[in-house]
Parts: sequence; structure tokens; C-alpha cells
Amino acid sequence: MSVAELNGAAQTLQNASTLKSEERRESLTFLGLSMPAVLAILIVVFLPIFWLSSLSFYNAAGELSMENYARIFESALYRRTFVVTFQITIAVTVICVLLGYPLCYWLTKVPDRTAAILMVFVLVPFWTSVLVRTYAWLVLLQRNGVINSSLMKLGVIQEPLQLAHNLTGSIIGMVHIMLPFLVLPLYATMRGVDTDLVRAAVGLGSSPRGAFWRVFFPMSLPGLFAGIVLVFILSLGFFVTPALLGGGKVQMLAQRIESTITVYSNWGAASALGVVLLLLALAMIWLMNRVFGLDKLFMR
Amino acid sequence: MEQVGQRKIDGLWLMVVGIAVLFFLILPTLIVIPMSFSGASFLEFPPTSFSFRWYETYFTSPEWMSATKTSLIAAVLTTAIATPLGSLCAYGLHCSTPRIRSTAQILVIMPIVVPVILIAVGVFSLYAKLGLNYTLTGIVIAHTALALPFVIVTVMSGLQNYDFDQELAARSLGASRAYALWTVTVPQVKFSIQTGAFLAFITSLDEVVISMLVSGGENATITRRMFNSLRDQLDPTIAAISTCLIVVSVGMLIGVQLIGRSKNADK
Amino acid sequence: MSSANQSLPIDISSLSKAYGAVKALDDVSLNIAAGEFLTLLGPSGSGKTTLLMALAGFVRPDGGSIRFGDREMIATPPHKRGLGMVFQSYALFPFMTVAENVAYPLKIRGVSKSDQKTRAERALDTVQLGGYGDRRITQMSGGQRQRVALARAMVFEPQIILMDEPLSALDKKLREHMQIELKALHQKLDATVVYVTHDQREALTMSDRIAVVNHGRIEQVETPERLYRQPHSFFVADFVGESMSAPVKVANDRAHLGESVLKSDLPIAQGSGGHRLVIRPELLEVTSGAVPETANDLSGRVNDIIYQGDSVLVIVQNDNAGEINVRVPANRAGQTGLPSKGEQIGLALHPEDTIIVPEHVS
Repeated sequence: MSVAELNGAAQTLQNASTLKSEERRESLTFLGLSMPAVLAILIVVFLPIFWLSSLSFYNAAGELSMENYARIFESALYRRTFVVTFQITIAVTVICVLLGYPLCYWLTKVPDRTAAILMVFVLVPFWTSVLVRTYAWLVLLQRNGVINSSLMKLGVIQEPLQLAHNLTGSIIGMVHIMLPFLVLPLYATMRGVDTDLVRAAVGLGSSPRGAFWRVFFPMSLPGLFAGIVLVFILSLGFFVTPALLGGGKVQMLAQRIESTITVYSNWGAASALGVVLLLLALAMIWLMNRVFGLDKLFMR
Repeated sequence: MEQVGQRKIDGLWLMVVGIAVLFFLILPTLIVIPMSFSGASFLEFPPTSFSFRWYETYFTSPEWMSATKTSLIAAVLTTAIATPLGSLCAYGLHCSTPRIRSTAQILVIMPIVVPVILIAVGVFSLYAKLGLNYTLTGIVIAHTALALPFVIVTVMSGLQNYDFDQELAARSLGASRAYALWTVTVPQVKFSIQTGAFLAFITSLDEVVISMLVSGGENATITRRMFNSLRDQLDPTIAAISTCLIVVSVGMLIGVQLIGRSKNADK
Repeated sequence: MSSANQSLPIDISSLSKAYGAVKALDDVSLNIAAGEFLTLLGPSGSGKTTLLMALAGFVRPDGGSIRFGDREMIATPPHKRGLGMVFQSYALFPFMTVAENVAYPLKIRGVSKSDQKTRAERALDTVQLGGYGDRRITQMSGGQRQRVALARAMVFEPQIILMDEPLSALDKKLREHMQIELKALHQKLDATVVYVTHDQREALTMSDRIAVVNHGRIEQVETPERLYRQPHSFFVADFVGESMSAPVKVANDRAHLGESVLKSDLPIAQGSGGHRLVIRPELLEVTSGAVPETANDLSGRVNDIIYQGDSVLVIVQNDNAGEINVRVPANRAGQTGLPSKGEQIGLALHPEDTIIVPEHVS
């Protein structure tokens, strides 16, 4: 090897190590840019939840135990909370599908401009505070509220119906809050369905109804599923609307957790409930990620 | 023939259901607006007399005004912090390796899908140790964490639709990465950043559950006061406040849409 | 433009880059002379764009060396390399006017506002877009955008200009026009140009030299004519220009096609995987009588005749080489009369056109 070649080889070696450190520096820079936001989320969301979860494994005397969990599953009160939570969540999800699917399907049938205008009817409630909408339902549903007084004026009923401060009121209010969460992903998916395929199916001798069920419906399923999971997760841990429209008689998990802490200061029990709620939510998120892909949320 | 008739009936049925559902969505949202102008001292619909008395009650009440101020300051600060942090995070993740990106994406999306009550209780207990309950700082920190995912998601999707070669071009022409980012990339994902900022603002302004636990006293937010008030009785003042909140949200929504449209007209 | 700047030579040595198990750049070495127009030619995924991006500083190699003149550039960030670059997507800034786009590199370099204006105008004049400065990018056609990108890349008189398939988005006619224009522009500018394309015709038209890239390696670097006439490997022969091939046996520097020894004036390159005879359709001569002794005889029966406007393609079945395409210019074919289907014709392949290449370069 000549001197020049040796120099060249040395240079190349040095370059390789420079490049390595440059690469490390660059990926650290990007990580650094992301870090403040990621740390904020870790510290505010993850850290307290992990700490809270750990509380559930200690009894009142501060010893490691499963007492809190045992209590949850033995106590009739807590059991009822779980039953009510699932009843409401399932009812809300089913009603949202029954209302949302025909709406989205109809929106795909009207001209694009009309559909865009009609979507305002979905977006305005979506962007309006949950409190405001719950308040509106209180006004509509209460004993001497708009619905009862109108029905009585019309002579349909003699006595006011019990619409608010119970399960019915909670479900109506929650459906109103949750419906846009079903409609938005479902409509986006339906718009992507190739209508030529449906027309081709009809052209090939399928009846319009047959074509709908065999071609359109299966292709809309990913959006429907995303919407269902979203509605289910959000309903499961929902607090505001049932707390106000349930009138204290309907206790879902979220309210039970809140009252266990603010009224009874029983952190162990509350955190055990929290862990159960978290696991249920995470299971749904996992399912959503498996079937739909969470990263799709990042693509638009 | 029979099939055509069947299709018409199906179509009609679909339209009726569709319109009914749209009314179900919009009417309760808007019903508070006429009610807020009612002259009666109890809730009635339709209102029989017109007045601004509930607005007067709202705007002259020191409690409501202080709560409004807290909420607005918190929302502005949350927006001011979450927008740059979230945008930088989105850019950082966009330029990172796919493995880091997908892990971080799942992490970052969690505040949206984890039940808020858990976050609220967790933050409440954390703040109890740090003495941050009932402080503006506490509210802003918690709201920032809640708002960040919205900013990150919108800005990342903006970056995905942006021709990244432009930033490379700027750098090849002599711009440092930061200068290229600021003069070429940012102007083009501006709309996404604005949308993210809007989402951050609304997230903070409308947030109830965390505010209910960690805000209070002088630093009670408007949502906390509204929630407590609604638990007790149906105060028509709430109609006036609700109307203001609707105007703010819908006004901002329209604003963002208009900016988006003028930007698209540019293209 | 001014020749205050001297164009720079580029020395690439032992450059490597792996993405997982895939070697995008496999120990690449290449010297590009100052002021040269060098094209990196290869199929997609060959590594040609990776090599260009490594020159620009957007791809970080795993090792090796890149020198502009005597300055080592391998770890220099892109904005300090002083390159002009034209992207496939043009990457113009849509929210700026044409003039603002072109003035962008001047603005960064702290050039005064008035100088920015005059220099941007001059650059736009050079690409025949004088007076378009106030237009928006969205008002420009594809070809015009291409020119704006070009003006932006050269307005600050860089010593090296990189181009990444800049013409691929244009239609065929405009592309061919721009090829000539770019070549003329290169002669006016005092800059070294590295140009990436997958279009072999474009590479042949424009380049001083062509580097054929395949699987992250440079197969051959040559002037267009020598590359076409003396390819070093079957890949190069096959990728550049139209050709057919037939396997041949090489022993003692002599190639055998079937029973006969091929006469060739060209050296037979070393390599692995056996050798092939490469036959270019336009280099075959249809003989009226017997094939002369000095040439290789590829005579056969006419299978088909295809009229293609500017030329006629005669497809001949040869016993040793299989099906051979022969291109006959339309005018001469018109004069002498074409053979008819099924006819036995004489085909001569002259020794200076007899290309024998290894399957793989060693």
C-alpha cells in the first residue's frame, strides 16, 4: 500500500465514525423535538394513572392485598354499577348505529354539495360543549320541559313522562353526544366506497337491496367498526351526561369512581374500579388497533 | 317495475330517517339560543317574552365573570403551549424512523382514548402532592396534555400531505434545517397548525371532568361552575352562557374553515 | 453566467450505504471531472438516487468519502455544500411567486434586495422565462415549472448542480426539447452537473459520460458512444439501447456461437456467469448475396416484417442465435425492396460491431 492509499483508508475510517456520531446526533435532535410533548403526556396522563393503579393493590392498613378487587366483585352496589355501565354503553352504541348508518348512507346518495351542507348538522353539535348539549336535553326532557308540555298540549299524554333524571334521559343525552363519533369515520369510509361496484352488481342482476347487502355494506364495515369502537370506549368512561341527566339515580363507572373519592375518600376502591375501567378501555383500543389500525388516525 | 317502486320506497324511507336524525342532532344544540332571550324567570319554550336579562345576569355576576376569565386564560395559555409543542413533536416524529414514530403515535393518542375520569383522578392526586390543585398552572398543564394529541394528529396529517422535497430543496439552496422549516415548511402546514390550535382551544374551553376536580375557588373554570349549577337547578343564566359558548365554538370553526378555503383558493 | 466560480471535480470513494440487509450503495467509487455532465443511469431501485442524495447530503452514507475539489464533504450538512439541486417534483414553493422562488437562495446568502431582483431576472432570462417573475407557481405549466426550478438551482452560481430526473414529469416532445436545452445551458454555465435518470436515451443524448448503476454498484462509466458500442456487461448492453442476445462459449479469448467462432474486434470483458453475444438491430447488414468471409454470418429465415414508420423491423430466425430483430431504414427498404415472409436472407454482423459481454462483471 502506498502512503496515499493509507491516508485514504484512514480518512475513510474516520469518516465512518464521524457519520455514525452525526446520525446519532440527528436522531437525538428529532427525539428532542418530540420530547417536550411526549413528556407532558407521560407525566400528566401516564404517570398518575400508573401510580393510581398501584394504590388498588393496597388495603386500608397499607398492606399488599387484593381486597379492593374482591370488594368490587362481591359488593352488590359495585356489581350494579358494572351492569348499568354496560347496559347504557351497549344501548347507546346500538342506537347510534341504528341512527347513524341510515344517515351516512343517505348522505352518500345526495349530491356532494348538499351532503357538505348537511354535514354542518353533524359538525356543529360535535364542536359544541358537552355541557351545553346536556343542558339542552335537561331543558327538553324535564317534567315541565319542552317535550312533556308539547305532548300534554297535544293531548297525547295526561301526566308528564319521566324522561330526565333516569336511565332513559341518560341514554338519550349520550346518544346525542356520541352520534357524531360514529358518523364521522363511517361517512368517511362510505364516501371511499366505489359506487361503480354497486352499480356493476346491480348490472349483473343483483337487486338493489341485494347489491347493498352483498357489496356496499361489507365495504362500509371498517368505518362502522371504527365508529362502534370509538362510541363504546367513550361511553364506557363517560361522566358528564349521565351525571346530570341521570339525576343521581344512574351511576356509571366514571361517576362511581368520582363519588368514591370525593364523597368516601376511598382511594383503594376507586383505583381498583379505575384499573378495571382502564383494562376494558385498553382492550377496546387494542381491538381497534388490530382491526382498524390506530395509525390510520394520523392519515387524512 | 316492482323493483323500481321498491327502490323509490327505500329511498324515501332513507331520506325521512336521515332528515329526522339530522334534526335530532341539531335542534337540541340550538334550542338554548331562543331560550337565552326569554323574559320569564323560569324555563319555558317557546319563550313568550324577549329580554336580555339572562345575559345581564351573566355579565354582571362576579362569580360567572371570574370563571369565564379563568377559562379563557386557561384556553389561551393551553393553545399557546400545546400548539408549538405539538407541532414540533409532529415534525420530530415525521422525520424519525418508522419504528420510533409508530411507538410514539400510540403513546401520543392515549389521552384521547383513555377515559378522562381516570386522567382527572390521577392528575388530582398528583397535584395534591405538588400543591397544584385549584391553580391556573395546574389547569393549563392538564389541559395542555389533553390538547397535545389533537395538535400532533392534525399537524402530522398536514405534513403527510406536504411535498417534503420542498424542505430538502430549501436546504440544498443554502437554508439551514431550522430556516427551511420556518420559511418553507411552516407556511405550508400553517392551516393544519391553525386547526390544531383551534382544537386545543376548544378542548381546554369545553373540558369538564378534569376542571371539576382540579379547578376551584378563585380559579374555578366556567365549565366547573356550570356543572355544579346544573346539578342543583336549571338556571336560565346557563342558557345565556351556553349561547356564548356556541357562538365561540361555531365562530372559530367557521373562521378556520374560511382560512382553509382562502388557502385552497390560493393553490 | 459569470465564470467567477470555477466548477469543481467530485471524487467519490468507497461510498457505502445499507438499509437493513439491502445495500443501496455498495462500495461506490467515481471521479467526476470539473465541468463535466455526468449521468447516473439505472433502473429504479438501483441506487442512483441514493448516490445523488448522498452527494447532496440528504442521505447519510455508512462510510466512504465524498470530496468536492479537495474538501471532504461527507459530514457537511446539505446547506453548506453549496450545491444547486433540481428535484423530480421540482419542489417549488407554491406560496411564493416565481421571482421569490428564484431569489430564495440569494436571500439566504444575504444578497441585497436590488441585487436579488436583477440576478433572479437574469436567471429567468437564461431559462427563457423573462417577465414571468410575478406569476404564481400555480399559473405555470409543467415545462415552465421545470425551468423555474432550474433557474432557482443556478441563480447563486453553484459550482456543482445535481438533477434528480428533472424531466420525467414532462411529455415526450417537451422532454426531448428540454434535453437539448439543458445540454446547451450546461455549456453556458461553468458547473459540474450530476444528472440522474432511468431513461437511457436521455442519458445518451445529454451526457459527457454515463455511469450505469445496478444493485448499488457502478457497472461501467463511459462516454455515451463507447458505452453503447462497448458495454462491459450484459446488464449495460441490455439496459442501454435496443438489443437481443444469445449465449456464447468463450475459450482462449475466442467466443463460439454454436459451431462457429465469432470474429470480433472488441475486447472480451472478464466476468462471471458465462458470456453472451449482444446484437443491436441497426448494426446488422442484410446482404443481397452470401455473407462476406470477414463478417459473422447470422443468416436465417424471415419470420415476420413489422412496419414502424421511420424504420422496418425484420424478424429473422437463426439456427444458433434464435430470433433476431433487424432494423432496416424505411427509405432504403423502400428502394431495395423488403424480403418477404419465409424467405431465406443473409445477415452480416461485422467484427467491429460484434459485442461479447459477460453475464456479470467481476
